Formats: sequence, structure tokens, C-alpha cells
Amino acid sequence: MTGRSSSFQAEGRPQEGLLLEVDDLRTHFRTELGVVKAVDGVSFTLDRGKTLGIVGESGSGKTILSRSIMGLLPKRNTIRSGSVKFEGRELTTLSTRDTRRIFGTDMAMIFQDPMTSLNPVMKVGAQITEGLKKHMNMSRSDANATAERLLNDVGIPEPHRRLDEYPHQLSGGMRQRVTIAIALACGPTVLFADEPTTALDVTVQAQILDLLAAQQRDRNMSMILVTHDLGVVAGRTDEIAVMYAGKLVEKAPTAKLFSEMKMPYTESLLKSIPNIEDASHTRLEIIGGRPPNLIHPPAGCRFSPRCPYVRDRCLTEEPPLVEFTAGHTYACWYPVGSPEYHEKVAERSALADAGAAAGGS
Amino acid sequence: MAGSGTAHLHAPGEALLSVTDLTVEFPVGRTGLKVHAVSGISFDVLRGETLGLVGESGCGKSTTGRALMQLPRPTSGSITFEGRELTTLQGEEMRQLRTSIQMIFQDPISSLNPRRKVRDIVAEPLNIWGIGTKAEREAKVNKVLEDVGIDPEAAADRRPHQFSGGQCQRICVARALVLDPKMIICDEPVSALDVSVQAQILNLLEDMKVRYGLTMIFIAHDLAVVKNISDRVCVMYLGKVCEVASSDRLYQDPSHPYTNALLRSIPVPDPTVRPDPTTRIQGELPSPLFPPSGCRFRTRCPSAQERCALEEPTLRDLGDEHYVACHFPVGHSEAPPTDQSTSRAVAPSI
Repeated sequence: MTGRSSSFQAEGRPQEGLLLEVDDLRTHFRTELGVVKAVDGVSFTLDRGKTLGIVGESGSGKTILSRSIMGLLPKRNTIRSGSVKFEGRELTTLSTRDTRRIFGTDMAMIFQDPMTSLNPVMKVGAQITEGLKKHMNMSRSDANATAERLLNDVGIPEPHRRLDEYPHQLSGGMRQRVTIAIALACGPTVLFADEPTTALDVTVQAQILDLLAAQQRDRNMSMILVTHDLGVVAGRTDEIAVMYAGKLVEKAPTAKLFSEMKMPYTESLLKSIPNIEDASHTRLEIIGGRPPNLIHPPAGCRFSPRCPYVRDRCLTEEPPLVEFTAGHTYACWYPVGSPEYHEKVAERSALADAGAAAGGS
Repeated sequence: MAGSGTAHLHAPGEALLSVTDLTVEFPVGRTGLKVHAVSGISFDVLRGETLGLVGESGCGKSTTGRALMQLPRPTSGSITFEGRELTTLQGEEMRQLRTSIQMIFQDPISSLNPRRKVRDIVAEPLNIWGIGTKAEREAKVNKVLEDVGIDPEAAADRRPHQFSGGQCQRICVARALVLDPKMIICDEPVSALDVSVQAQILNLLEDMKVRYGLTMIFIAHDLAVVKNISDRVCVMYLGKVCEVASSDRLYQDPSHPYTNALLRSIPVPDPTVRPDPTTRIQGELPSPLFPPSGCRFRTRCPSAQERCALEEPTLRDLGDEHYVACHFPVGHSEAPPTDQSTSRAVAPSI
């Protein structure tokens, strides 16, 4: 496993430092109903060998963000602005020919549904060797040998036999391992994993996340892990960015985010996960409603219509992203822990008590 | 069960639904082979109780749910609902009985007809059974929609594609409730949803259970979700039952190695808990065409021994309504040897 990966880490490449810089990236789509502001001014940086988790509900723009960075969106009716720099090179202005050299070799992606991201009429082996032959100019026999080693790396038993099989002959977990093998084939420096385990069982999810972590360590690869589940990213990322309605609303080193979360949205996301340590029938705290329409996002703070601690100011003025401690930024007027927050919490629990008393009498 | 046995069943008459030795097999073409989807499982559900069925894909939990509805009819075994045997009910009798058992499925969008309006989807069961007058039916549909948190005024004339996944699942719940069933079988109702929407649907199901006086079977692969909603949990593996206990008990004292592994796979939303790859169960589910002899979990079990291949464990009582089908349960004493040990090793081996 380790022997292989070292041969692929390009010699002379720095082992740490800045790898990816995204600055004020916007991705809007023209539709019949108006312009959908799917990603609206997102900035972050990613260092070599580090993992960034991007968390948010469906419709928060996290998938579009990763596809926009990878340049995987259709050109028609898409308005993209801002800057994406990879190893110091601006990607947004590259020609299609040049982007092709970077995507697949330096940047790779795995998707949520392994069923649809593999070609059903192509053998597994051919799908892995395609990139190797194209990008690495490998001969057929070299590519086949590498593909077999890759399948072995991602934990597929009898890799030689599997090369000659079609995706439908594999289980869901095995298919996701194959897509990981394809993504790792050319030794990328950054891997985008877009909900890589959402379609899988918990036991298989744990195996796949372990596999990704091991491969990342061996290859000193950076990873962006996109998910809706804070539980998935908690133990497995260096930093977490929380996205809501096309914007980053909080970003912090993982431990800080959990210990000192500031944004009420992050708090609500965490509270909606059923905790295995709670007694059964513990009432889950929910975020009412759903993410807003991105054609006409709400004025002020975009989370205000669903926020349990909302005040007048939130409805009119949009909170800026402010820094709390080094590397920990959030966008909220009355963050978790502020006096106004505690006031609202007290109000709500008084209301709940009153409700319980009224119900009891 | 990984073993068989009926030690965990309540006395006859106590349970609303009781299942004994349920077996579902599917023939594979003309090969003469059979997929052993469910192999002789037994469980029961008390009135007003929520029973969780949990296990990986391919463990037979969905097949079990469908077999209860006689879709398709089980290969063998007995299912009694309110004292009536379901497996022998024919045509019209079965059709009438289905009104009291309803199902909710995993993918809310594909389980609603995209060409029909929400009002018609929810009203259809009432129309089929000709219940009430037109006005009464309309009032009933509006009430059920309101109960599940959908505004009937705004939603009734729209079609499923105009709703989000969570809202579609609410509509599915409304459709299941409209005939006032006694029991609801939820087959992975939240697996396709975001965590935030998942919480909404779980709370909704809890509310509906109280409001409509339901008994529930909740099928899922995520133990954290199952624990939240269930009173009792039944853990399944490759067509067998591994462990049955109250949900709190199961979490505090997981005794089957498989339950233990399932619990350890749940992602913990706490960065101080580092995932530990050494506790994972390795490998894949064996083929249900050729299930392993003895205990079916033995091929992936960290504590498997020779006895596990020879003798199928039966469910035995660990006290406090906690039953496990394992010869060497975690943290408990070894199962006593049985004299029928040789005759039990009948399953085809690999």
C-alpha cells in the first residue's frame, strides 16, 4: 500500500504549505424563474495533506461549490466569477485543454452514488486504466498491473478477477471502492469526496471513511469531504466549513467548531442528529422549514427565517463573516454564547414550561 | 440467528402481531438454487409498541417487512395479527386486512405517483373503500394532511415534484394514516433524507404514533435512529435474528458481536472520539445463496470458534427481556452445550 503511493508522489513537490485558494467564488445559474445564486461569494484555503469538511443541508450549495472548483458544471447559463488557485495557478481562466491535464491527475473527485458514477457497460479494469493510459501515458500491461494494485490498495479481494467484472456484479460498498481506485489512479494531490458514503450502510460507511483516511495519510493528499452529517466529519477532518444558502456561515478547526460553535445553524445541525447515548424516545430538536429559495434569498441573514434566536436586526442587515479566534470565523449578529442568545434561550425554555403547564392542567 | 429459537416471544394473545419461524426464499432461475433471504425468524410486537428491525443491506429486514404484508407470501412460517393467521388468508379477506397494516417506504419521491395531485394521492384509499361521503372524505384528507404538517390549502392541488423529499415523506405518512391503520411498517423511512429532515420525520412519526394509537415496525440500518424511535430492537444478520432487547438495554449491553460492531460503526459527532478502524467488521456479507453453516455471522466474527461452525446458536435469555443468539456473547457466559448440537448443523456450508 505505502510502497505504491510513494512512487506516485511527484518528486520535488513540497509536502506542506498552501495548495488550494478559493477567493470570492460565485456560481449562478440562469433559469426561467430567475438567477439561482447557488454559490455566493465563498472563500477558503486548503493546505497540503489537510482535510476540510464542508457541511450543510441539501440545497445549501455544497455540491455546486465542489463542482465549480473542479470546473464540472455546464458552460451554458452558468455564471462563474471569483478565483480558484491551485498550486498558485489560476484555474478559472485555463483553457479546456489545460484543465484536462489538472483534473484527473492533480485533482480528482468521487461522487455520492457509485451506481451512477461508474459506466455500467465498461469493465471495472477498463474504467481504471482509462485515466492511467491517457494521463500517465502508460502501456496497456503497465496500466493493468497498476489497476490491479489499486484495487488491492482499496481493499478489494481477488483484484485480478474483479478487473474483468462489470459494476453490476459488485456490491454498493465495492463499487464505491472502485470509484475511489479510479480517483486515486493518477496520484492526485487533492481529492474531492462529495457525500461519498451517503448511499451506503453504516458499517460500510465506516469502512470507506477509514479507507479514505488511510489512503490520504499514505499519499499526503489533501481532501475535501462534503457531507450533510456532522457526525461523519467530526473525527476525520482538520477543519470544517458550514455552508448555508450558498454562503459559508462558519468555519473553524474541527475541535474548535464543536467546542465553541458560534453560528445557530451549526448548533441546530448538530442537535438534529440522534445521539446514541440519549435514552430512546428522546425528542430531537429540529430546524423547522427548509433551506431558502436561492433565486430570492431572504433579506438580512439568510438563516433568519428558521433561526430560533432571530431578532429584528437579522431580518434586515446581513451579518459579515467575522473572526472569533485565529482560523475561526462566523457570520451571525447574536452568536451562540452572546447575552442576546442566552436571553432568547431563557425565553424559549420559559415558553416551553408554560406550554407544558398548560398541557398538564 | 445468527440463530433460531422462540424464547423471546411473549405469551400467545399478548402481542398484536406475532411471527414464528418465518422463512422467505427466492428461487434463482432454473438453477435449483435458492436465495435464503429470511431463514426461520421469530418476533412479536405488542400493542402500542415500536419494534426496530436493524441490520445491513441484505440482512432480510425489508423482506421481512414485506412478508408481513404478504407481498410476496412467505415460503413458510406463521404470522398472526390480532389472533388471525395471515399466511392462509385468501383474496378479499387479505385485501380487507391490509387496511389495518400500512407501509411507508424509503424513497418518498418514487413512492408517490408523479402525475397525481396530493389530494388524490391521499384520498385514494378512502375512495377505494368508499368510506364516508365526498365531503367527509375531503375533510378527512385535509385533517390528515394538517396532522403531518402539510398545509392542505396550499398543497392539495400540487403534484409530488413540487415538494422536497421531506415533504414527500410527510405525504406518504398521510396516505398511510388516512385509513386509521392499527399498525405501520416503516421501511427505511429516513435513510434517503438529510439529518435535519430526518429529525423532523422521526418526531412526526412519534407524534402520529400517539395521536393515531399506532403500533410500529421501524426498519433501518442506523442503530442511532432505531434507538431513538423504538421501544425494542431486533438485530438481524443474513436472514437471522442476532439479538433482541429494549433499545436502552441493547445500547448499554450489546451482547452479540455483530450488534457491537454495528454500534461502533455509527459516526459520533464529537471530534474527541477518534474513529478506530480496528473495531470494524471486515469483509462483506456472505452470499445468501450459500449461507455459512452454524452461526451465519461466524465468517466475519472476531470471536468465532469451532463450535460456531457446527452448531447454530438459538436465542437465549440473558435476563430482563434481553435475548441473544450467540455461543460466546460479549460480556456474558458461554452458552451451555446442547445435546442436539449435531442435528442442528444442517445449513449448507461454503
